[in-house]
Amino acid sequence: MANDLARWQFATTSIYHFIFVPITIGLAFLVAILHTAWYRTENPEYKRMTRFFGTLLLINVAIGVVTGLVQEFEFGMNWSTYSRYVGSVFGAPLAMEGLAAFFLESTFLGLWLFGWGRLPKRVHLATIWAVAIGSVLSALFILVANSWMQHPVGYKLNHAGQPVLNNIWALVVNPTFVWGFAHVLLAALITGALVMLAVSAWYLLRNRYVESFQRTAKIALIVLIPTMVIQLSVGSQLGVVEAHYQPMKIAAAEAQWNSCKPCSFSAFQIGGGSNDQTPTQIIEIPHLLSVLATGTWSGPVTGLNQLQKQYQARYGPGNYIPDVFIQYWSMRVMAYLAALILLLALWGGWLLNRGKLASSKWFLRLSIWAVVTPFLMNTAGWLLTESGRQPWIVQGLQKTVNANSPSVSSTEIWISLIALILAYIVLGAADAVLMLRYSRRGLADADEEAAESSDASGAPVPALTY
Amino acid sequence: MQLHTIWFIIITVFWIGFFVLEGFDFGVGALHMVIGKTETERRVAINTIGPWWDGNEVWLIVAGAALFAAFPGWYATLFSALYLALVLVLLGLFGRGVSFEWRSKRESPRWRMGWSWALTVGSILTPLLLGVGLGDMLHGLPINQNHDYTGNFFNLLTGYGVVTGVTMVVLCLLHGATFLALRTTDELRDRARRIGRRVGPVAIVITLAWVIWTLVVIGGGTIPQPTQIFGLLALIFAWALLYTDRDGWAFAASAFAIAAAIGQIFIALYPNVMISSTNHAFNLTVNNSAAGHYSLVVMTVVALVLMPVVLLYQGWSFHVFRRRVAAPEPPAAEPPATPATHT
Repeated sequence: MANDLARWQFATTSIYHFIFVPITIGLAFLVAILHTAWYRTENPEYKRMTRFFGTLLLINVAIGVVTGLVQEFEFGMNWSTYSRYVGSVFGAPLAMEGLAAFFLESTFLGLWLFGWGRLPKRVHLATIWAVAIGSVLSALFILVANSWMQHPVGYKLNHAGQPVLNNIWALVVNPTFVWGFAHVLLAALITGALVMLAVSAWYLLRNRYVESFQRTAKIALIVLIPTMVIQLSVGSQLGVVEAHYQPMKIAAAEAQWNSCKPCSFSAFQIGGGSNDQTPTQIIEIPHLLSVLATGTWSGPVTGLNQLQKQYQARYGPGNYIPDVFIQYWSMRVMAYLAALILLLALWGGWLLNRGKLASSKWFLRLSIWAVVTPFLMNTAGWLLTESGRQPWIVQGLQKTVNANSPSVSSTEIWISLIALILAYIVLGAADAVLMLRYSRRGLADADEEAAESSDASGAPVPALTY
Repeated sequence: MQLHTIWFIIITVFWIGFFVLEGFDFGVGALHMVIGKTETERRVAINTIGPWWDGNEVWLIVAGAALFAAFPGWYATLFSALYLALVLVLLGLFGRGVSFEWRSKRESPRWRMGWSWALTVGSILTPLLLGVGLGDMLHGLPINQNHDYTGNFFNLLTGYGVVTGVTMVVLCLLHGATFLALRTTDELRDRARRIGRRVGPVAIVITLAWVIWTLVVIGGGTIPQPTQIFGLLALIFAWALLYTDRDGWAFAASAFAIAAAIGQIFIALYPNVMISSTNHAFNLTVNNSAAGHYSLVVMTVVALVLMPVVLLYQGWSFHVFRRRVAAPEPPAAEPPATPATHT
């Protein structure tokens, strides 16, 4: 019971945390691009946009930072057996994340936010890039840590049977990390671009600040189209890597109960959960699963039943099959939405090319609604990754059921779970209110602030930023 | 010196860094409603820590993560033992963290009042509970032979732990007051110094009581240790300097007092890291809770390379925003802005 509750709490808090992380990483880059455009062209239009999207960034950074703190504490609070067991490997990337990324990100965010009119322009521009780089580094180190849980490398077991790091480089060239990191980074850029596109579309649809928001819609699309195309191939390559190291994860994602060769892809089915081995196939595409999972036209995929037998022979009795329903549908939600977003992006590129972006009502309307899709895709992607590793917390080394804190009771987790959920609801509501307010307030405010603090000629007013 | 000891020192430095830096943020947060009578004054108070609070808070994240990396056993036992206390710390940090960014984003007085209270409560609750946790490490908690905590939330509230927590809160209040005196002008500065002068004696008395109790807990006889003597002296200096114009020196003195207090706890702990009140044979020590040798070597290299860089740019950030913060109302009274230059 305590173990299940601890899992619920970790799942809830990490999914919630990851709503804000990709906005932060993606927007940090886009704001840095806008700021660079202002620095290069000295066009005040870009400065207004930098400040406008910078405010949206800051609102989310606040919540990303505090929810990230929960994640770091939870390893020790809820998963002390895990922390004690893997600390010699897993702790290092977390500490590096703090030292290399968080300090950089937070210090330079302060410098950027308060540096308007106080720092030389070139230095001020460098600070926002330092923030963007810091946010990427934090994703890098946390994915080094997470990828080790998916595919442990660079360690040996000591006399007590605990993994002890013996090759830090192996963690960095871990294929699960290399592809996973690229996948997350692109997802963050896509999220940032879709947020920027949606806000721009909202204004264009209402004919407000058309000039400005046409520029940002264009920048968003220029970022979105290539990242989306690359993401499809990176995502599918990650699938191949995972099929190799974590065959259960991919077999479950395809609800492939029995081995096949060649394997067709189930595009849509009814049933097929953990207790249903004969789902009703609605749409099947021949050979596609072989291509996706192995990269070859007729490659074999081992089925869940066969893998289960292999795992039992290797690790002893137990159920090694992850939740098939979650795997199957999170894979499809992610992939199908990605395909739709790619179509939207290409449509936008075509409109942009024809100079009709601002006048295509349907494109703008769809772009506004598309803002929810990156969050669904990101969540689905993490469900696929994390639920697909179960029953393991560290693939092949430790099971989740053995990893929680023996000293923390169910009652205590109930209290913390409820308290955190309530706090998250309040934070989420306040974040939504502020995001909508600032998104809709327009550029007038950004104008005032800009006037206030850019007046470096002699007006001494130290702007009250907070 | 063996790596375990080096990492014990590094962890101590992170905790000292956290309390010295975030300590004044806590103080400012706790005092901003007292020091600022009007909305503008409150915003001025908050903006004195504006560019830095986030970077300061990272010291806590790094202290926690470094603990995980260097002493997984310590991290696991401490964080699971302090479970509900840490939930409260997290809620306190939520309130603080988002109130900085969100408070001024709406005009509504109710919205601002709400976040002001979140800031105040979070700024008191966090050092209080972290202090309780640090005190408990030294005082001892029920820990079994598997290094698992066997008590509940109320077992955390040991007399010594609570006094340690209260000591941290009053030290942060004084530190916040000296910081505000250093960072503001005119009436706000006067008010900050007045509050500091009132907090001073309270801080001295409570810290003295805590120091005596610490001597009892560690069984070191009646001879006070150097950190205790210098810490108390610094505290008295900080208070006395608030009667002069030496804002910078008062702030330095209160910073030293906090550093001495945190340092004291860790010095008294070594070579243990958590005392078991069940049986001293179950104590966590630097040896039985440390990570493998190779991880410690890697982390030592990383820390040696990165920490100087971090200190350099954090120091630069403090340098850039070194000017006092004033309310924007009387623009004529201000000296012309001199854009800070890269050093």
